[in-house]
Amino acid sequence: MGSTSSTLLKIPNVEVLMQETGFSPAHIIRLHDRFKALDKEGRGHLCPQDFGAIKELAMNPIGDRIIGAFFSPGKETVDFHTFVKILAHFRPVDKDRPKEPNSPEPINSRSNKLKFAFQLYDQDKDGKISRDELLKVLRSMLGMQVTEEQLESIADRTIQEADLDRDEAISFEEFRKSLEKVNIDHKMSIRFLR
Amino acid sequence: MQEEIGELRRSHPKNLAGGDFTLCDAFYFCKKGIENIVEDQVTQRFTSEELASWNLLTRTNNNFCYISLRLTIIWGLGVFIRYCILLPLRITLAVIGLSWLVIGTILVGLLPSSNVKNWLSDLVHITCYRICARGLSATIRYHNKENRPKKGGICVANHTSPIDIVILANDGCYAMVGQVHGGLMGVLQRSIVRSCPHVWFERSEMKDRHAVAKRLKDHIADKTKLPILIFPEGTCINNTSVMMFKKGSFEIGGTIYPVAIKYDPQFGDAFWNSAKYNMVSYLLRMMTSWAIVCNVWYLPPMTRQDGEDAVQFANRVKSAIAHQGGLVDLSWDGGLKREKVKESLKEEQQKMYSSMIIGSDFNEDI
Repeated sequence: MGSTSSTLLKIPNVEVLMQETGFSPAHIIRLHDRFKALDKEGRGHLCPQDFGAIKELAMNPIGDRIIGAFFSPGKETVDFHTFVKILAHFRPVDKDRPKEPNSPEPINSRSNKLKFAFQLYDQDKDGKISRDELLKVLRSMLGMQVTEEQLESIADRTIQEADLDRDEAISFEEFRKSLEKVNIDHKMSIRFLR
Repeated sequence: MQEEIGELRRSHPKNLAGGDFTLCDAFYFCKKGIENIVEDQVTQRFTSEELASWNLLTRTNNNFCYISLRLTIIWGLGVFIRYCILLPLRITLAVIGLSWLVIGTILVGLLPSSNVKNWLSDLVHITCYRICARGLSATIRYHNKENRPKKGGICVANHTSPIDIVILANDGCYAMVGQVHGGLMGVLQRSIVRSCPHVWFERSEMKDRHAVAKRLKDHIADKTKLPILIFPEGTCINNTSVMMFKKGSFEIGGTIYPVAIKYDPQFGDAFWNSAKYNMVSYLLRMMTSWAIVCNVWYLPPMTRQDGEDAVQFANRVKSAIAHQGGLVDLSWDGGLKREKVKESLKEEQQKMYSSMIIGSDFNEDI
């Protein structure tokens, strides 16, 4: 017989994790079970193939980019802490949380959710979505269904609409501005418990 | 997909009636992807269903936390009853059931072919399967018995565990289909085939689809032979959903009698997770649950209609079974348990999305 606290105790630095991410103990346990289920060989960390084994993710047009978001540049494995921290971006926003002046912005704030989405586009992490990067994403989402010209015209149109300082690229601020009316909190949040 | 992306865009000031790419379209795919990382539709079907309230079995206790002394005492009592009282009784019954099956069918097999032989064979089969069912404390409720499969037909059901055979055989006699095994299973197979015809294949024969189809066709053409029992999913699913039916059984022709089997998870989980448990530990778990409670619905017979191919027919039968049993109708292939996803599925997603964007683009260019 065990109890929830013993499962939690097995995870190192779990208190810090809960504080940083805002997940409850029940969430952490469920995510830990999922982590263990994905880590089929029991190595204690995940590699890209483990994510690739998720069938629905494999058929997602931008599945590879989403998987890539878990791995920081140069790293080939994801440990449980990083796994939880990335998923924390998608926690629904706490509406009732009081604004403490000195505390760092929560991981699931609107701004951080937008940053996560921005990074899906901006693969070289130079802070701007260039025309090429936009073309790549479009190609992933549309596959072979459209011609090169159609792709380019869509990309050009998008940049035209969002690019305010006319530098042929979309910076984070321009990205944020063009999506200001979108309900990010709702669209980039998921339910973690069944 | 269309709905969600439409919603995403409605809040965007510049966009009108659909069409056109917007930066927020990626959010839809991103959210879906993350949802699938946390939980996906396919993997969850191959693990046991989670219960809403605990049924005093440790194995179903996922979020165990110590609640009270009284609950622990009740749980302890439950363990004692299940392991020390119920288990020995059940094992005894199972042993009696199986041994009488073997002996009985060998004896019946000695008789010459006649109506009496068939009647005796049915009697032996049903009696022994009923004893085995008692050995699992199975409580089975049959619905719509008027639709029970008749001779010369094919009975099709959703598959959750090897026990399904015992459950169905309690109410009728079927011809089993399967591979020849060695050991205890082999003994059972050889003995029951003496009293009435079943279809056992050698491993080498299984690979030849035409030979398999021919043998099954010959069997159902003979109207004196019992209906064949087939599980078209090809693998055990956890009884919350029905996965893709393999079209092979639906190409043979004849009348299909669909049957839906739904287990009540409160009393015992019947799902066999073959990756996690072998047959012996599975049976042990079955015999130490409270009971196996299930409902069996016999559905009206179906035949393939003109202009319908085997795959469409299979899907039609699958939907009927899923609908009756209250199971989720999935088109995923149960074989995905072991294989990778095909590229074509990704292309379908891309096709759907591009038709949203390009569809309107054409209008604009013109």
